[in-house]
This record gives sequence, C-alpha cells and structure tokens, in this order.
Amino acid sequence: MMGWFQRFKGVLLILVVLSLWEAIVMLGWVNAKILPPPHAVAIKWWEYLVPQQPYDSESGSRMDWLLSGELIQDAMGSLYRVLAGFVIGTVLAIPLGLMMGASPQAYQLCNPLLQILRPIPPIAYIPLAILWFGLGNPPAIFLIVIGAFFPVLMNTIAGVRAVDGIFLRAARNLGASQATIFMRVILPASTPYILTGMRIGIGTAFIVVIVAEMIAVNNGLGFRILEAREYFWSDKIIAGMLSIGLIGLAIDQAMSLLNNHLLRWHRGLGH
Amino acid sequence: MTTAITISGVDKIFPTPNGAVAALKDIQLEIESGQFVCLLGPSGCGKSTLLNAVAGFSLPDRGLITVNGKPVTQPGPDRGMVFQEYALFPWMTVAQNVGFGLEIKGMPAASIRTQVSALLKLLKLSEFGERYPRELSGGMRQRVAIARILALDSPILLMDEPFGALDALTRRSLQDELLRIWSELGKTVLFVTHSIEESIFLADRIVVMTYRPGTIKRDIRVDLPRPRDSAAPEFNQLKRELSELVLSEQALHEAAERLALTTD
Repeated sequence: MMGWFQRFKGVLLILVVLSLWEAIVMLGWVNAKILPPPHAVAIKWWEYLVPQQPYDSESGSRMDWLLSGELIQDAMGSLYRVLAGFVIGTVLAIPLGLMMGASPQAYQLCNPLLQILRPIPPIAYIPLAILWFGLGNPPAIFLIVIGAFFPVLMNTIAGVRAVDGIFLRAARNLGASQATIFMRVILPASTPYILTGMRIGIGTAFIVVIVAEMIAVNNGLGFRILEAREYFWSDKIIAGMLSIGLIGLAIDQAMSLLNNHLLRWHRGLGH
Repeated sequence: MTTAITISGVDKIFPTPNGAVAALKDIQLEIESGQFVCLLGPSGCGKSTLLNAVAGFSLPDRGLITVNGKPVTQPGPDRGMVFQEYALFPWMTVAQNVGFGLEIKGMPAASIRTQVSALLKLLKLSEFGERYPRELSGGMRQRVAIARILALDSPILLMDEPFGALDALTRRSLQDELLRIWSELGKTVLFVTHSIEESIFLADRIVVMTYRPGTIKRDIRVDLPRPRDSAAPEFNQLKRELSELVLSEQALHEAAERLALTTD
C-alpha cells in the first residue's frame, strides 16, 4: 500500500495541482480569459496537435497528413534549429576546448578573449544577428550556436585539465606517442566533462531557440506562443508552454541516455 | 652476470616553499639483470623518487642512470611500471588495458588477442577480460596492471609500492604470484616498499634508504632459500636488523613531521 503511494505520489501532486487550478477558475476566483482551466487548455492542445485539413490522398501520404498539425510542425521547426545550432556549436567548441585544455600556450592566447565574450548572454546578440543575417533560420541558428558553444567549451577545457596525471604517466610508460595519448587517454578521460557541457549546452540552446523564434521567424514553438498572445489565446499559450516543457524534458532524457551509454565504464553508474 | 641498471652519482632536489629539499643525494647503485631488488625506507626517503628517475618520469638533477648501457632520458616500455594506484584506464576493458601497449607497438589485432588471453590466463584473469576496472577488487586491478606491463615484455619491472593498498591476504597471494612470474620470466625487478617483511619475503637484495637527504644506508643481500618462511629464525633475525635501520629513519621522518617541515 505504502509502496504504491511512494511510487505515484509525484503523479498525485500533478493531479492535485490540476484540480485546484480547475477549481479556482470554476469558482470564478480568476478570469478564465486570463487563466483558462486545464480542460480548456487540453482541448486547445488537442486542436493544436491534430491536422487542420481532412485527409486527402491527392496531397500526400497519410504520414505527412498525420504530421501536418500545427504543433508537430512547430516542434519540428524548433527542434531543427536547436539541433543545427547545437551541432555547429559543439563541433566548434570541442576541438578548441581540447586544444586549450591540453596546451597552456593556447589557453593563455584564447582565454582573455573568451572570458570577455562568455558573459554576454546569447540574447544580447539578437540585434547583431538580425543585422548580419536578416530574418529566418540563419540568425536563430547563430544565436543557438552561441548559446551551446560556451558551456561545451568551458567544460571541455575543465575536463582536459582534470585528467589525472597518473594516466598520462602510465601511457608514456607503455610507449604511447603524444597523438595516441591525446586520442586514447585525454579524450576519453575528459568525456564525462564534455558530456556534462553538452547537456548544459543543449539546455541553453533550447532556451535560446524560444527567444529567437519570438523575433526572427514565423513558425516554431516560440513564435506560436507569442502569436497566441496577440489573439488573446491564453489557452494556446499555456498549451505551447507545456509542449516546450515536454520537448525539453525529452531532449534532456535523450542526452542522459547517451551519457549512460558512453560512460558505461564510469564509476557511479550502477550496472 | 650483466648489469641491468646503473645509477651513478644521482642527486634530486625538490623546491618547496620552505626551501630546497634534497630528495636524493649521491646515489650509487648497480643492479644485475634478473635480480629482485627492494628499495626500503620510511616516507620521504626518496625511494619513489629514485624509481621515478629510473622510469624516466622525473630525471635526476645530477648524475647518470643507464639501463642496459643506455642513458635514461624519457619513459619507455623497456621499463614497465606498476603503480600503487593501479593506473588502469577506466574506459578500457581489462583486455583492452592489457593489450594497449601491444596496440601502441603496432601489433596486429589477432596477435594481440592471442597474447592478451595468454597473459590473462597467467594472471588468473581469464573470466574478466570484458569487465571494466571499476568492477574489480583492488587485488584484481593490480593483477591487470601487472599483466599490462608483462605484455610489453620489458626486461625490467619497476614497482612502486604495488601492494600497499591491498589487504594482508590479497597482498600475500600477489607476492607469491609475482615471485612465480619473476622466476618463470627472469625479469629484473626494482620494487619500492616500506614493509620490512615484504622486502625480506621478495628480494634478493634490500637497499635501505635514509630520510632526507635520501642516501643508501645499507645494501643487504638476502640469501634465504625460497619459498621463504616468515616464521624461520633467519627471517626474523634479518627482520630485527632491518627494523632497527628503518625505524631510526622513521624517527627522523616523524620528528620532521612534528616540526611541520614536511607534508608527506
């Protein structure tokens, strides 16, 4: 009995919050225009999810039709930008981080510049991004690259610097060349840090995409919730926000699975 | 008998906030090939420093170390090192750890597999090839580290308190194992320890070192027949003799510690 409660108390809390929310709107304590009740949000969410046109075999396959709902299209637009920006940011940050971590000269050369750039929030690049890239995906992806770049970079540097010297001595004793030590010792030894940086980086990328979409593009989850405000569709705003939350959770879970797979050897993970 | 390691006039000085510390001073030592030599002394006597100098990790400030006639200038697989902390690569399986040195040599994968499985068998690790180091006990990890070094087929084994972190029984069985391998393969072993009993049990020759500056206090040949019996009167007589030598150095170490002149 107790076990059942322990396992489901988290779900129970969600149900309690939803009921309270429903109740205060039903009792008229808050204006339903401002805070629509959960059931209204759920209905709107469903409408947002399902295809807007009836199925027509002329215009494409059934799969295309199933994915033609506005929410799905928005989510795919946002995910595309997150992934493109995240991949570019990571691909730039990891080699630079490895170099800066391994070579004091490279560190001393690049660190001052990076320390000045790093505190600038990606959002502050918006005006410049629009001036440089106009509207559309390019400025949005540019902002996401910036957002993903620094967490991955800083963690990669820290990871390389934290490599235990005894591994380097053991590898040199086995006759390993500098290149072998780098690829087979320094890189795997710093993987836990790099993956932590990537997890933070993709989280930042997801925050930035929402902001970027409010400004630079006309689809995506960020655009949609801002658009909904103009029509006073607070139910759609909340449905959009919850979608953002669920997709963010899914991305984080996927990163965590990747982590566990790549770090099978790492201590602290039960086997 | 040929000489495997020659150490002549070696000094090593470490700068510290309280001034320079002479870790090694004028060390002279010749080790014949095939000999099992223990460096014995308290913490801070420079025995690990001397081993690291032979390994090529930290070269002496003065003097010369030659291994099979060639001066030591850097680490190399001709002097395989076993560390107290095992130093296994945690991201590699046991088999990958053992095979890594062969991979570096450029040996083909099939030959690596054959060699590795022979070594795992020698060290009684056959069932553990696909495990990761963190899944193994300390004793097992040290077996893997020994296998990894034997894979190099280096004529010289350098061992830095390899059994220091193990419980007494595991330690004893690994000592037996090491002696078996040593007598089978005829390696030269330079073994650092602070255990008097361990040194008598293992060594052909025990080099007792002094506490700062690290010098050679006594160089003793151990002629007791093997396997050695730690209850035999000769064993205990030698133990008493060594205890006196080592404990007087330990007293210096402790006095320095009380004066906070040392941090180890």
